[in-house]
Amino acid sequence: MATTRTIEVELSTTGLGADGKPQRVPLVAGDAGSRFAHAPTDIESDLVGEHMLINIGPQHPATHGVLRLVLELDGETVVRCIPHIGYLHCGFEKIGEYRQYNQIIPWTDRDDYLNCIGNNIAFALGAERLFGIEITPRCIVLRVIAMELSRISSHLVWMGTTGIDIGAFTPFLWSFQERENIYNLLEGWVGARLTTSATRVGGMAADIPDGWLDGLHAFMRSLPKTLDECDRMLTRNGIWVGRTVGLGVMTPEEALNYGLSGPMIRASGVAYDVRKDFPYLDYETYDFEVPVGTSGDVYDRYLVRMEEMRQSVRIIEQAITRLPDGPVNVDDPRVILPPKHKATSEMESMIHHFKNVMEGPRPPVGESYVAVESPKGEKGYYMVSDGTSKPVRWRIRPPSFVNLSAIPKMVEGHLLSDVIAINASIDIVMGEIDR
Amino acid sequence: MSVFQIVQAGTAPGLPEPVSPRNVPHRGGDANPSAEALKLRFGGAVSRVDVVWGETAVTIDVARALEIVQWLHDDETQSYEYLVDVTAVEFRDRDQPMEMIWHLRSIKYRRFLRLKAQLPKGKPMHVPSICPVYKSADWLERECYDMFGITFDGHPDLRRILLWEQYAEGFPLRKDFPLRGRFSRAEQLRQALAANPEARYSMEELAIADAFEELPLDMRARIKGGESTGE
Repeated sequence: MATTRTIEVELSTTGLGADGKPQRVPLVAGDAGSRFAHAPTDIESDLVGEHMLINIGPQHPATHGVLRLVLELDGETVVRCIPHIGYLHCGFEKIGEYRQYNQIIPWTDRDDYLNCIGNNIAFALGAERLFGIEITPRCIVLRVIAMELSRISSHLVWMGTTGIDIGAFTPFLWSFQERENIYNLLEGWVGARLTTSATRVGGMAADIPDGWLDGLHAFMRSLPKTLDECDRMLTRNGIWVGRTVGLGVMTPEEALNYGLSGPMIRASGVAYDVRKDFPYLDYETYDFEVPVGTSGDVYDRYLVRMEEMRQSVRIIEQAITRLPDGPVNVDDPRVILPPKHKATSEMESMIHHFKNVMEGPRPPVGESYVAVESPKGEKGYYMVSDGTSKPVRWRIRPPSFVNLSAIPKMVEGHLLSDVIAINASIDIVMGEIDR
Repeated sequence: MSVFQIVQAGTAPGLPEPVSPRNVPHRGGDANPSAEALKLRFGGAVSRVDVVWGETAVTIDVARALEIVQWLHDDETQSYEYLVDVTAVEFRDRDQPMEMIWHLRSIKYRRFLRLKAQLPKGKPMHVPSICPVYKSADWLERECYDMFGITFDGHPDLRRILLWEQYAEGFPLRKDFPLRGRFSRAEQLRQALAANPEARYSMEELAIADAFEELPLDMRARIKGGESTGE
């Protein structure tokens, strides 16, 4: 069932032209129809063709991490953009080849560090495919709750920091307050706030504690109010609209060809969501909708992310009502450790514990690629096993990396100040790009 | 007055609703129909088809990779419009240890296909670039070159992406590359301290800016002498 929500805005800036293309502010003196048409035509003609090189980053607050952009400017218009990445490269994929599967999970926290628990789950799903393990119904629902919480928290950070980049400070405080609630919930569940390492192959590190769902209910009640407040602050705000509409437009064909994913491709009008098209964790049984934009600019990316947070609330509400009782971990001694009291009192359990920890579980020879819909886009973990307890190859498919590779295409022809807005709209996390 | 719309919709109409995979067999199971189509169309270039954990992997002749990918992208009955990933795997003990991997998705038909190609051992590794088909292959192939040293013929701008251009220790994801790096810690530290902090721009970028004349004299002399300038 497709529904449409229309937002009508009075534009105070030029924005999109009749052909749907962003309108350029005419800067050339004497251009017919421009408001500078009366200016003498020979003014500063010696500047024609002289281009300037501007370096942004790697230590710049608006590049969201250690991204460095070298821009060639003609006046204030970007002619060419050369991104430089790799300042945060740590060789995650190499290190993964020296770690057992459960030991890799802490590394997944650190690749996209705004979506830690989501990465843990994505990795665990990939490893479970490689081991041929079916997780328990309770674990599936708990993972759905965790994934959607982490999507909300990542989008909240995106909204706050993008607001600051564009000049709106208040939504930053509101969104970080809500994010704090999510971190308190995660702390109550797994003990850690940011780097959760919450999953194990075959289950979770812990079941939710008693009363945890009450806190989740309280959060579910407060979040939509905050979203409404931010919506009121931004969606019809003249400055926000003027600084986002018509910027960094990607057509559907371009978005597909550049391999964009997540809110970036959906803002361009391609209804591609891994949760709908290649479902995992029984996402096909939840009732939620995929917001899809029409013009593919920064403003549509904002609208898509706002709507995704509301849809995540819907998913979590459904997940709470269907959360079944039962064990969280599978009953499979290949991967799951014996209970601690047995490991310290029975010889067999102690040997089992020792072998599982020291030697590690061994999957059969094979390979698996499991992708999930992370807040940034299609996040995939590709693992190749040769039958030993460590993978031959552990590959991260980073959505931010591929999304960022389209930035020269998006910023060229726009003004320097718009580069910041376009870069913010990609929602990059350098930990994931550089790995 | 300008109107913006958010359309809320499901995806890929006309296909049966997909379901989360359950009880996927280790080997066997239904292969992706595109594998059969590839065999019919390219015959000798397709050497084997494996279905592992429900994912179809087609091993192809590396020399014809661009042609095959182009056909998968353009053909109406295949329509692989989305490139997921380009990467490589090096095995520890195989006659041909290096394997190229392409992951493709057809959003229209909801299909996932893995293409593989074996690369010869002991020779320079050359793979045709698929940049002419997918723009997203640009950075992914650069990363693959950076990490494995595979040369992508026809790539518009093949240079290191995550490591810096003067990185001399080799290609980190190769199996003969030690985890700590090839150079000793002392040598790595010496190189880091000896690096020229002025050399921040590539020659290409300096040429853009017409800034060459404004550089310090000693730096200009170094560039003229053929020295590369940082990243």
